[in-house]
Amino acid sequence: MSLIAIPRFMHFPDALPLQSGSSVRDYTLAYETYGELNADRSNAVLICHALNASHHVAGTYEGQAKSEGWWDNMIGPGKPVDTRRFFVIGVNNLGSCFGSTGPMHVNPDTGRVYGADFPVVTVEDWVHAQARLLDALGIEQLAAVMGGSLGGMQALSWTLQYPARVRHAVVVASAPNLTAENIAFNEVARRAIVTDPDFHGGHFYQHDVIPKRGLRIARMVGHITYLSDDVMNEKFGRELRSAVVDAQGQTTEVGEYRYSTQEVEFQIESYLRYQGDKFSEYFDANTYLLITRALDYFDPARQHQGDLSAALAKTQAKFLLVSFSTDWRFSPARSREMVKALLDNHREVSYAEIDAPHGHDAFLLDDPRYLELVRSYFGRIAQESHP
Amino acid sequence: MSDAIIRQLAERVPMGSRVLDLGCGDGALLAYLQQHRACTGYGVELNDANVLACVKRGVPVLQLNLDQGLSLFADQSFDVVLQIDTLQHLRNAETMLQETARVGRMGIVAFPNFAHWPNRLSILKGRMPVTRRLPYQWYDTPNIRVGTFDDFQVLARKNGLQVLEAFGLQDAHEVRWMPNWRAGTAVFKFKGAGA
Repeated sequence: MSLIAIPRFMHFPDALPLQSGSSVRDYTLAYETYGELNADRSNAVLICHALNASHHVAGTYEGQAKSEGWWDNMIGPGKPVDTRRFFVIGVNNLGSCFGSTGPMHVNPDTGRVYGADFPVVTVEDWVHAQARLLDALGIEQLAAVMGGSLGGMQALSWTLQYPARVRHAVVVASAPNLTAENIAFNEVARRAIVTDPDFHGGHFYQHDVIPKRGLRIARMVGHITYLSDDVMNEKFGRELRSAVVDAQGQTTEVGEYRYSTQEVEFQIESYLRYQGDKFSEYFDANTYLLITRALDYFDPARQHQGDLSAALAKTQAKFLLVSFSTDWRFSPARSREMVKALLDNHREVSYAEIDAPHGHDAFLLDDPRYLELVRSYFGRIAQESHP
Repeated sequence: MSDAIIRQLAERVPMGSRVLDLGCGDGALLAYLQQHRACTGYGVELNDANVLACVKRGVPVLQLNLDQGLSLFADQSFDVVLQIDTLQHLRNAETMLQETARVGRMGIVAFPNFAHWPNRLSILKGRMPVTRRLPYQWYDTPNIRVGTFDDFQVLARKNGLQVLEAFGLQDAHEVRWMPNWRAGTAVFKFKGAGA
């Protein structure tokens, strides 16, 4: 069954106070909904997106066959999060570049494009903004909030900021904060962007240029960290780009090394450059800085002297946590930290560690054990009676 | 696990207990405890299909490898820790027993009793036993720790565990008289020295 997605926009005139002390006003959130809200408004599921995704979670746009949402294998009619049972909401976060107000839009206070002046937004700010959208949609309580990676951080944060508004939280391939190594990768990406001469301190729009070189490198670094060593070796190995596929489909290497330091020699280089090029065509440089910073700052235990168990005492929701064995960016050990903190608080939690070779990317892929697990969990949610 | 055995074991779990079931399989025992004895708690399981079965039943389950210990669980954080047909699969069976006593105010362990008479008979004939209770060949058995009812009593004493109740199970009946000979399954209810 095909699902036609329709992007919607909601305008919020009132200022949203931000964690930094700053605020944004007159902003717009782009969102999509799938399925029907039931009579008692109890079947809403909010999907939170990660770094480079958007409100377009599921389905395709009318007349655009290849426009599947980023979690289309997970959400839709008959899918693990079944839109015949649940009313699913995808929302694009503030500061993003896919329709919600972001650094490429006009600051109502100055009449000029925000650029680098767009205020720093945090996971907590996004959750507050999402809650306002739910208010406007007449949804008091979510059946579930769900997200992977940075989206999982938002799901976790929901259970802390609005504990009574969440019955279940599904937190996939996520972490209670970033490790130093993780922040380090983000910093490399940010430096690549900021030091691109076309960045112009974040005000590149008025120069009519895009810091594509920086964006490409940022994406290349990011992409390496989303895969596992094994999967990269399996996909590319040491294959040379000059290798050709003959009529029988056999790969033969005509190739001698080119003995060049700058030409693309290995397939993995070609792949990373392609990914970088593609990304630099559609992603905003300031958004990349903002979103990686939101990742860095997220740390609910910080107000509790690093005691995650104390931080999660506020939660009321039931939890499903999922991690993937080869994910080294958001490793299983990080999910187990959250499990432990929930156990310490006697919260209902299930945790699955999926043995998958694909690294962090696995949370977006079709692993039947993973999809069945989520399907079963949402099946239970659908059966629950609720107040 | 048959329904009769589930009921036998569940009777030993006080009403309303917070339970940790190590190696919970498909979650049948925990589901029974939730429904009939007002218990809460979690299963721990490694097998993917079992984890899925637990989620389908609505039994909270944690996919963890018991050979990596119980560091996620705080001291005395459960009323009852169950190890039903789990001990015999563990590399570090003794450590897990100590961990069970640390995490739970009470432990219940059940495992196949290798000294059950048909097993002895088989060994006398010179062959490793293959029975309904121990259906594996010696070369493919997941039971890497084979012990007896009496062996466990020695191990419990060595670790300072206080045995509250010990009996055998055979065909879902309790065996109180000579369980080391007469029961295919050994069941021990105990608490740790400090508990």
